[in-house]
Amino acid sequence: MDFNDSPEEAAFRAEVREWLDKNAEKKTDTNTNWRAGLDDAEAMAKAKAWQAKRADARFAQITWPEEWGGRGGTPIQTVIYGQEESQYLAPRGYFEIGLGMCIPTMMAYATPEQNARFVQPALRGEEIWCQLFSEPSAGSDVAGLRTKAVRDGDDWVINGQKVWTSGAHYSDFGILLTRTNPDVPKHKGLTMFFLDMKSPGVECRPIKQMSGDANFNEVFFTDVRIPDSQRLSDEGNGWKVALTTLMNERLAVGDASGPDIEELMELARNTESETGGPVIKDMDVRQKIADWYVQGQGLKYTKFRTLTALSKGQTPGPEASISKVVSAPRLQDLTSFALDLMDQSGVQMDRELTGENMQFMASNFWAPGLRIAGGTDEILRNIIAERVLGLPGDVRVDKDVAYKDLPKGTS
Amino acid sequence: MNFDFSDEQKMLRDQARSFLEDKCTSQTVRTILEGDEPYDKELWAGIAEMGFLGAAIPEEFGGLGLGHLELCVIAEEVGRVVAPVPFSSSVYLATEALLAAGSDSQKSAWLPKLAAGEAIGTFAVAEGNKPATAKNVNASFDGSSLTGTKVAVPDGDVADVAIVAAKSAKGTALVLVDLNGPGVSRRNLRTVDPTRSYAELTFEGAPAELIGDDGEGWSLKERVFDRAAVLMAFEQVGGSQSALEMAKEYAMGRIAFGRSIASFQAIKHKLADMYIKTELARSNAYYGAWALSTDAPELPVAAAGARVAAIEAYGFAAQENVQAHGGIGFTWEADCHLHYRRARNLNLALGSGRVWKDALVTRLEQRNAA
Ligand SMILES: Cc1cc2nc3c(=O)[nH]c(=O)nc-3n(C[C@H](O)[C@H](O)[C@H](O)COP(=O)(O)OP(=O)(O)OC[C@H]3O[C@@H](n4cnc5c(N)ncnc54)[C@H](O)[C@@H]3O)c2cc1C
Repeated sequence: MDFNDSPEEAAFRAEVREWLDKNAEKKTDTNTNWRAGLDDAEAMAKAKAWQAKRADARFAQITWPEEWGGRGGTPIQTVIYGQEESQYLAPRGYFEIGLGMCIPTMMAYATPEQNARFVQPALRGEEIWCQLFSEPSAGSDVAGLRTKAVRDGDDWVINGQKVWTSGAHYSDFGILLTRTNPDVPKHKGLTMFFLDMKSPGVECRPIKQMSGDANFNEVFFTDVRIPDSQRLSDEGNGWKVALTTLMNERLAVGDASGPDIEELMELARNTESETGGPVIKDMDVRQKIADWYVQGQGLKYTKFRTLTALSKGQTPGPEASISKVVSAPRLQDLTSFALDLMDQSGVQMDRELTGENMQFMASNFWAPGLRIAGGTDEILRNIIAERVLGLPGDVRVDKDVAYKDLPKGTS
Repeated sequence: MNFDFSDEQKMLRDQARSFLEDKCTSQTVRTILEGDEPYDKELWAGIAEMGFLGAAIPEEFGGLGLGHLELCVIAEEVGRVVAPVPFSSSVYLATEALLAAGSDSQKSAWLPKLAAGEAIGTFAVAEGNKPATAKNVNASFDGSSLTGTKVAVPDGDVADVAIVAAKSAKGTALVLVDLNGPGVSRRNLRTVDPTRSYAELTFEGAPAELIGDDGEGWSLKERVFDRAAVLMAFEQVGGSQSALEMAKEYAMGRIAFGRSIASFQAIKHKLADMYIKTELARSNAYYGAWALSTDAPELPVAAAGARVAAIEAYGFAAQENVQAHGGIGFTWEADCHLHYRRARNLNLALGSGRVWKDALVTRLEQRNAA
């Protein structure tokens, strides 16, 4: 048992460091945010430029095969790269859904010509992809979706609505799950496509989130035509394709990021308690810090266990499934507690007044979404119970019923 | 990176599991719970024969000369079966104290016996209903003898040798006392977990010798307790895993409202939470194992983390296992309370979660300051 790099890992780390030194700006104490001072367009341009650089150096998707611009590398190499890159002002965001979920689905189901056309531009950040699955009436139960695809000659005609589509407003392409047959049980009547987001009839409306930001969208489809050649796998096989995407989602979503123990301890050191001294001396505060520290360490070392299994060529154990269900509520609880420490001034949500403390407010308004996106807390517990512990599935009232005969609720 | 036990260590775990599952059934535990015997002597002899007591003791002192990683995998199995033997007191505490600070003659005198299970060791700090801090140590050591009362001492009724925290001219000292010698009296205590005994030890001028440096007793005690915390964390993880498995097995077989209760979401999510806490504890324990086996400077933080996570996991799993069983879970007849008792015992034995959380933050503060 050790944390040492193997000779190969050490060599890889050295290569990464050398490359980053030449190509990126090292973080200092005062500049930790690559976005500082940039508007949306500038931030995107900067992220795209960085992505192209990474891709050209084959650091963008290290585990992908060489023919697709990867290195055929190991998950540990990806971690090593991430550890090193985190010390530089390297842009993040925009590309994770495409590269983590959509493109792997394309690789599994699109034609060689299509992959030759789409993989490289996605890898280099020239084209951004989004995932068009959830609908007003279908989220956790995404197989209950309504958006219709009807065959018309060599095309399919799409009508319906998607919702919560992250990044749709700046995406170039998307993978789209549709209903092609309402007369069979819901899982059996689905078909997957990919499409150009600029196709006529696609309308994207940003949704304002509870935080006031708008990262996701409603996407409306009105008589949108998709050529049959953009169907991924057979008609009616959409659920199987979607599972490929969703399996990759669990790997892509990962841990919640945001202020953590160090930031909380820093806040607690600098906050005066009712009794005078710094509030970090209060027992209730120390108890909470310890709990979250231990949870965080537990996740970190669980990940190390998973990586070790992968590097030995074993299938990782089920332990990998706990990451988001622990980290997202933890982020919410930790940041709520930080606001509590600020006492009455915790109501302020204004960077000019709060300074660095704003990170706690911002994450506190992001964490609820993290507990929903990519599987809610409840769905993840179902998954652990059923797939890890082997407990029986829920009683299903919809299994053998044709989609069209299912009850439809609030949407 | 290689954050896992080796194949040999896993083989040892399998060996320990099949041995312990065979020799320590719940009936074995109940016999001690309900009878007058303080621990299961046959099981103890078997464990000694397997070499488990001396896994981390060098061969020159009668042990197997393996390492602490090996001891960790054994500890997990001891926890799974709720073994009614003084393993933690003798191995994690007394043996570790001797290995950490014993003189050659102390080691030669005691380690071979401890490894063979011929002697049982323990460690005595607390003095009744007050926090077990250095300030509250009143037992006193005058250079050659010990006077004072220690309560509650784990396995104090059956131990042959104790490492005792005492006041000395230079501050706090740890002293080694032969409990079968003069000046020692013992009184059994009733506790939450009769499958592991506790005693009050009274010393009246009992012959005692210094172990480690005089005046450095408290920091040595902390060092030993950190090592014990990691080992005990594995025992707690084993217990937690076993309570989870019990809950699962029962839920799968129990029918209510026309279906298995394991198909009810409230039960599924309860078990998922047991699983999550157990895995978080396991991963923290692994980190502790790494720090312990390499004598890393991270040990104080890693040990406290392992202890806090293990307390959380075992406490939760043991308690919710009772609930998953419904009425039968509340009976003497069901085995749920064996884990409930052992979890309460282990979760307090080396100091409570509250105390360790406070210590953990202190250590994080020290690390940040350094
Ligand atoms: C920030 C964010 C980004 C997102 N990005 C995308 C994206 O890019 N593309 C995309 O397709 N989707 C996206 N989503 C949608 C997301 O996948 C869904 O919101 C999520 O799956 C939940 O579905 P829902 O919103 O319909 O809630 P519902 O499924 O209606 O859930 C409502 C409540 O019911 C509970 N519930 C539902 N079913 C069960 C069950 N079987 N057992 C127990 N409880 C249950 C849920 O846990 C939840 O508490 C995003 C969501 C968020 C918040």
